[in-house]
Amino acid sequence: MMPNYSQLGLALLPELSLVFGALLVIGYDLAFGRKAALEDRCRASAALGSIAAVLASWHVMRFGFAGAVFGGVLTFDALALMTRLGVLLLALLTLATLPALRVQRNPAEYVAVLLFATTGFLVMAAAQQLLLVFVAIELASLSLYVLAGFDKTRPESAEAGLKYFLFGGMAAAFLLFGFSLLYGLTGSIELPKISAALQAGGNAPLLYVALAMIVVAFGFKAAAAPFHLWAPDVYQGAPPSSAALIASASKLAGVAVFARLFWHGLAGVGGTFAAPLDSPGWLTLLAILAGGSLLLGNLAALAQTSVRRLLAYSAIGHAGVMLIGVMVAGRSGVAPLFYYVLTYGLATVGAFGVIGVVERHTGRCDTLADLAGLHRRSPVLALCLLVYLLSLAGVPPLAGFFGKFSVFAGALQVGGMASSVGALTLLAIALSAVALYYYLLVLKAAWVSAPPPDSSRIVVRLDALPLVVAAGLLLVLGAFPHVVLRMFLIG
Amino acid sequence: MNALPFAVYVSFVGAVAALAVGARSASAARVVALVTALAGWALTLVAACDFQPSAALQTLVNAAWIPSLGIRYHLAADGISLTLAVLTGLAATVGVLFSWNIEKRTGEFFALFLALIGGVYGVFLSADAFLFFVFYEIAIVPKYFLIANWGSTNREYGAMKLVLYSFASSALVLAGLLWTYAVGHAASFGLGDLTQAAANLPAAQQAVVFALLFFGFATLAGIFPLHTWAPTGHVAAPTAASMLLAGVVMKLGAYGCLRVAMPLFPEAFLLWQPVIAWLAIAGILYAGCVALVQEDFKFVIAYSSVSHMGFVLLGLAAGNVRAASGAVLQMFSHGVIAGLLFAVVGRMVYERTHTRRFADLRAMPLFRWMPFAGVTFVIAGLASMGMPGFSGFPAELSILIGTWNVSPVWTLAAAAGVVVAAAFTLRAVHISFFGQVEQAANAPQLAEHSGVHEPITWPEKAGALLLLVATVYVGLQPDALLRWIEPALRSPAFEAVLKGFSS
Repeated sequence: MMPNYSQLGLALLPELSLVFGALLVIGYDLAFGRKAALEDRCRASAALGSIAAVLASWHVMRFGFAGAVFGGVLTFDALALMTRLGVLLLALLTLATLPALRVQRNPAEYVAVLLFATTGFLVMAAAQQLLLVFVAIELASLSLYVLAGFDKTRPESAEAGLKYFLFGGMAAAFLLFGFSLLYGLTGSIELPKISAALQAGGNAPLLYVALAMIVVAFGFKAAAAPFHLWAPDVYQGAPPSSAALIASASKLAGVAVFARLFWHGLAGVGGTFAAPLDSPGWLTLLAILAGGSLLLGNLAALAQTSVRRLLAYSAIGHAGVMLIGVMVAGRSGVAPLFYYVLTYGLATVGAFGVIGVVERHTGRCDTLADLAGLHRRSPVLALCLLVYLLSLAGVPPLAGFFGKFSVFAGALQVGGMASSVGALTLLAIALSAVALYYYLLVLKAAWVSAPPPDSSRIVVRLDALPLVVAAGLLLVLGAFPHVVLRMFLIG
Repeated sequence: MNALPFAVYVSFVGAVAALAVGARSASAARVVALVTALAGWALTLVAACDFQPSAALQTLVNAAWIPSLGIRYHLAADGISLTLAVLTGLAATVGVLFSWNIEKRTGEFFALFLALIGGVYGVFLSADAFLFFVFYEIAIVPKYFLIANWGSTNREYGAMKLVLYSFASSALVLAGLLWTYAVGHAASFGLGDLTQAAANLPAAQQAVVFALLFFGFATLAGIFPLHTWAPTGHVAAPTAASMLLAGVVMKLGAYGCLRVAMPLFPEAFLLWQPVIAWLAIAGILYAGCVALVQEDFKFVIAYSSVSHMGFVLLGLAAGNVRAASGAVLQMFSHGVIAGLLFAVVGRMVYERTHTRRFADLRAMPLFRWMPFAGVTFVIAGLASMGMPGFSGFPAELSILIGTWNVSPVWTLAAAAGVVVAAAFTLRAVHISFFGQVEQAANAPQLAEHSGVHEPITWPEKAGALLLLVATVYVGLQPDALLRWIEPALRSPAFEAVLKGFSS
C-alpha cells in the first residue's frame, strides 16, 4: 500500500499548527520583546500560544474520525480524537492562566516549550506504532522536564526538574527495553500485528519481562505507586502552571496511549479479572499498582500540610482509579476512563491556577495556612477552589462524581464482584470518604478560617476568566456528561 | 402535582440569588431566603391540594439524561414523598425565620441552607436511583460549612464528624447500588429495573447488598450504634441547621431505607428484620437513657432525636403497613417537634442566656423572663412525649400496634422507651424553665449581664406558631396525612416487604 502523504499532512495539521505557533512565539518575542515589559511579553506569548492551540483544535475537529492513517502508524478513532481535543483544552486553559501567575523570566520560551509538550501529547493520543509512541512520549517528557525546572530563581524548581528528569529517564529506558523485547518476540512494531502475533504464538517467559517493563514506564507516567516518588516533589517545586500541565494534559495523553497499547497490542496477554494470580498478565500488574496507589495516595495525603503535596498524593490516589479504568477500558469502552481523566485534569489545572494566583499575590502558597481566609481575600477564587476540590472528591453534581461513578459501574459490569477490579472498586469507594476528609481540610482553610491579619485582598480581573471557565465546565459536564460520552458512541 | 419539581429548582435558584445579593446586603439575603422557602413550601401545598392518593408513584418529569448508563431524570411522587416534601417546605420556612438574626456572612449562610433544602426536595422526589443518590450527596457538603462556619460548641469537630459519617455511609449506598446494577444486569437505574435486577443476585449476595444499602441509609437516620455523629453534629450546628438536620436530613436516611433498600431486597429484609428491630430498640432506650443524664440542654434534645428516630426504624423493621405508615407519620411528626425543641433551646434560650448548661439555667427564672419560650417548650415537650392530641401520639401508637403483630416483646421494649422519653423531657422542662426559685434573688443581675430581656422577636413567634399548629393539626387529624401515606404503602413496590393490616 502506498503511503498516503497528503492524508498524513492533513492528519498532522494540529501538530504543525502548534510547532509553527511555538516558533512564532519565539520569533515575535525576539523581534518585539526586547523593549517591552515582562508582563506584556508574557501576555503576548500566551495569547499567540492560545491562538495556536485553538487553531490546532479546529484542525483536529475538521479531520474528524478517519481510522488508520499512513499504513496504521496513526489511528484516528474516538479515543484519539477526544484525547487530542481534551489535551488541547487543558493546555489552552494552562496557557490562558499564565498571565495571572508569577511571570517567568523568559515567558516566550516557556510558552514555546509548553506548545512542544502539547505536540508530543497530540501524537501520543493517536500513535499506534511502538516507535512513534516512544518518540512522542519522549518529546512530551523532555519538554516537561524543562518546564518543571523552568524557574531558575528557586532551588525547589531545579530540584523538581532534576528529579523528574532522573525518574523519567529511567522510565524511558525501561519502556524502550520493553518495546525492544516486544519487537524481538513478535517481529513487529505495529500494534495490530503485535496483537496478532501474540495470539498466534505461545507466551514466552521473556514476554513477561517486556510487560513488566512497560508497566513500570506506565506507572511512572501515571504517578502510580510504587513509581510515584517524583510526584510530591515535582508538584511542590515546579512552577504551578508546569505542575498543572504535568498533572492534567500529560496524564490524559499518557492514559490514552497506554490504554491503546494494552488493549490494541497486548490484549491477548492481559490475564483475567477473576483469578489474577493464576493467570499472570499485565492486568495483574496493573491491579497491584492500582491497589497500592489507592491506599498510599489517599492515606498519605491525610498527613500533608502542604497543599501542593496534598494534591500530589491525591493525584496518586486518582491514578489508582485511572488504572481501574485502563484495566476495563477494552471491555467497557474507553468513554468513562476518558471522561474521568479529562475532568480530573480540569479540576487540577484549576486548583494549581488558584495556587499560582495566590502565590503571585502573597509571594508564597504552599501550606494550608497560606490559603486561610481565601473567601474574604477573593470570593471568586475561593468559589472556584470549592468547585475544583469537591469535583476531585467526587461530590455531585460536579463532573468528578460522574467520572468516578461511570468508571466504577464499568468495572463492576465487566468484572463482577469476585474479581480484581471488583475488589479494587470497593476499595476505591471506601477510600472516597477518606479523600473527602483531606479535601475538606483545604476547604476549611479557605472557607472557615479567618484570613491572617497582614493579608490583603487579592484582586483578580479578567485574569481569572480561565479559572471560572474550568469551574463552569466541571459544573456543565457534571450535569450533562452525555455531551462527552456521546462522542464515543459516534466514533 | 406538577408543581413539585419546581420546589427543587426554586430552592437552587434561591441559593444562587441569596449568594449574589448577600455580598451587598444581609437583609436582602434574608428576604430572598424567606421568599424562596415560602415559595417552595407553597408549591408543595399546591401539589398537595390537587393530589389524588394512589398506590403507584405519579411521574412528574421523565426525560433521558445519560442514555449510555440508562440513567433518566425521573421525578415522581406518591403520598410518602408528598408528606415529606410538605415537611421540608415547612422546616425550610421555619428555619429561615429562626435564622433571622444571622449577621455574619448572611448571604453564604442562606445559600448553603437553600442548597441543602434543594437537595432534600430532590431526594424525596427522585424515582431514579442515580438521581436519588446525586441529590442525597448534594445535601451533604452544605452541612459541613453550615456547622463549621456558624456553629457553636466544638463546631469544627462536630461538622467534620457529621460529614464524614454521612459521606462514608453514602459510600456504602453507592457500593450497594452499583453492585445491584452491575451484577444484576439492570437495564437502567430506575427503581423498578433495579428491583428486577436485585432478584437476579444470589441469596447470599442479596443479604450483603441489602445490608450495605440499609445500614448506609440508616446511619443517616441515626441507627444505633452508628448514631454518634448526630448528637455532636446537632449540638455544634447553628439553630436552623440543627432544626433541619434533625427535622429533615435524618428523614433522608429513613426514606432511603423505605424507598430503596427495602423494596429492592424483600427476602434479605426478612433475614435482617430482627437485627434492625433490636438495633432500633437499643437506640430508643440507649439514647433515651443518655438524654436523661445530660448536663447540656441541647444534648438532651439531640439524643431525644436519636431516640425518636429509633421509632421510625422500628416501624420500618416491623414490615407491615400499619407500622410503616406510623413510621412515615413519625418522620413528619418528629420533623416538626424536633424543629420546635431545637428552636427553643438554640435560638430563644441559648442566644439570650449564652449558656446551655443545666447548672446555669437552673439558677435562672427562665419562665418568668421568657414566658413565650417556656410555653412553647412545654407544649413541644408534651408532643415529644407522645401525648394524645399531638402528632407524636398517632405515629408512635401505629408503630407500636404494628409491631405487636410481629413481636409483642419488641412492643414492650419500645414502650419502655416512651416512658424514658417522658422522664428526660420532664427533667429538661423542670430544670430549664422551672429552676430553683430561691436562687432567683440574684437573677436580675444575671439577666442584665446576659441580655435575656431582649424580647422574643416576630420571626421567632411566627416560626414557633407554624410548628405548633402543624403538630396539633396532625395530632387531631392524622388522617389528613395517613390518607396519602397508606395507599402508597399498599403499592406493588412495597407488596413484598410490607404485609397488610390483618396479617
